[in-house]
Amino acid sequence: MIDPNIKNVIEIEGLNSYYGEKQILSNISLQVERKEVMVIMGHSGSGKSTLLRHMIGLNTAESGSIKLLGKEITGLNRKELYELRKHIGVAFQNGALFSSMTLQENVELPLHEHTRLDHNTIRIMSRLKLELMNLSDNESLMPAELSGGMLKRAGLARAVIMDPEILFFDEPSAGLDPVTSAELDDLILQLRDALNMTIIVVTHELESAFKIADRITVIDNGQQIITGNKQTIRNSTDNRIVSMLERRAMNENIDADDYLNKLTRS
Amino acid sequence: MSMNKLHALSSLEAMLIRFGIAGVFLFETARTIVLPPYSIKPLIKQVAFVGARSLLVIVVAGLFVGMVIALQFYDTLVRFGSVSLLGSAVGLSLIRELGPVLTALMVIGRAGSAMCAEIGIMRVDNQIDALECMAIDPYRYLFAPRILAGIICVPILTAVFILVGIFGGYFVGVILFGVSPGSYFQGMSDTILNRDLFMGFSKSLVFGLLIVWIACDKGFNLHLDKHGAYGSEGVSRITTESVVISSIAILFSDYLLSALIL
Ligand SMILES: Nc1ncnc2c1ncn2[C@@H]1O[C@H](COP(=O)(O)OP(=O)(O)OP(=O)(O)O)[C@@H](O)[C@H]1O
Ligand SMILES: [Mg+2]
Repeated sequence: MIDPNIKNVIEIEGLNSYYGEKQILSNISLQVERKEVMVIMGHSGSGKSTLLRHMIGLNTAESGSIKLLGKEITGLNRKELYELRKHIGVAFQNGALFSSMTLQENVELPLHEHTRLDHNTIRIMSRLKLELMNLSDNESLMPAELSGGMLKRAGLARAVIMDPEILFFDEPSAGLDPVTSAELDDLILQLRDALNMTIIVVTHELESAFKIADRITVIDNGQQIITGNKQTIRNSTDNRIVSMLERRAMNENIDADDYLNKLTRS
Repeated sequence: MSMNKLHALSSLEAMLIRFGIAGVFLFETARTIVLPPYSIKPLIKQVAFVGARSLLVIVVAGLFVGMVIALQFYDTLVRFGSVSLLGSAVGLSLIRELGPVLTALMVIGRAGSAMCAEIGIMRVDNQIDALECMAIDPYRYLFAPRILAGIICVPILTAVFILVGIFGGYFVGVILFGVSPGSYFQGMSDTILNRDLFMGFSKSLVFGLLIVWIACDKGFNLHLDKHGAYGSEGVSRITTESVVISSIAILFSDYLLSALIL
């Protein structure tokens, strides 16, 4: 059904997106190639998660075209969309584990739902993935008993349990200590190299982005500023990119009176 | 679905669209109930959830309701010298009205509200999105077993309520006031027709469907809420709303069904 030699696993053309009256994304065009790590960067609230939701068909675009694994997703019915989604894995910003199930049950759910494997095989497969994420001692805990970093890794374990062709990962390192987030970066690279996944990572951590990315897309306020490899980003003369790379605040020259007005406006 | 623009419409249009969405919700769930694959384990879990949550409170409520209507009817019937009608008066009012309606209201409070909050939290926490991304149909996985559990449990709980209520009435009428046990039960079995049983049963069936439908739809479509709160505040508000709406829906459809069947 899906062409295994397709070059671009994701192709977005002229995507516009709204929440109510508010435009969140304007005219985004983006290709993600097979087996690359594409990092989407931008400030908090710039629309990164929204772009990710469009790629996996959770949000409906106002206009534009989104092709996932060669299929235009806006035209698909639910059944076709589900069929397509069996080839992807999504790790959400907050983990989004099912709170009524243990960690292990969470990770095993897709296997129980989509395969006819017997119980023991499923157990072994889930243990493998939990082991990979350093979670093997915690498999019988409930999500409420896990730390933030554990939740993230558990969400990742569940996302890759079916060995998807494309992995979407929203904010792997946000809120984690540097060591744990570096470990997650290594994991992402391992997934690409060992399991041949195409990986799309949303992050606002500069260091992590440059460590894992093959290419980077920067989004600011819903506008796509640049897409290119690390060198292209580094050589960019765009103010917003330069300030991002130098970790400067975006609007440094704030007028004190303006600022006070902003804080005290009714 | 492009629900983003829901907020901009007039309240009447928005309400009609919202009804449509609830209709689609029921249709999609019904489709997954009818079409294979069927899974029995989640259904058992939901039946246990609804049943276990509601059983004790149904027994207690049934007992006292049976007792109080026996008390009231006894006091009325004594004035006409026809206490022999006590059994049928208690039985009929329990089977036709009080059993189905009060059971439904109890189930709303115990199981419906919990269900709505659970689904609402799943929506807020992206768990429903996660299901969709794993290509697991939430209608089949979450709602089919819940709707079926409502349709199965509420009639059974209603029967329990009625039986316990009849016993409560027996206790007050026969043991406290000395009505003869023979006339209590004889009167009952003489006057209660199949039509009365059918009315009680069909009401409880419809109520079971309504309760779960409203609770699950409210939680599932939390993000369409026109007040636009998504966090825990949104969950608490839609849970309250679902309790109010399903209670009113029960009382309204109770009248409708009575009028239809009588
Ligand atoms: N469900 C929603 N309804 C209305 N507006 C929303 C909704 N979700 C997000 N937004 C708005 O869309 C914009 C982009 O949000 P998004 O979550 O895509 O940002 P982000 O880049 O992922 O930020 P972060 O790095 O903080 O996760 C924000 O301004 C936000 O207020
Ligand atoms: Mg985000």
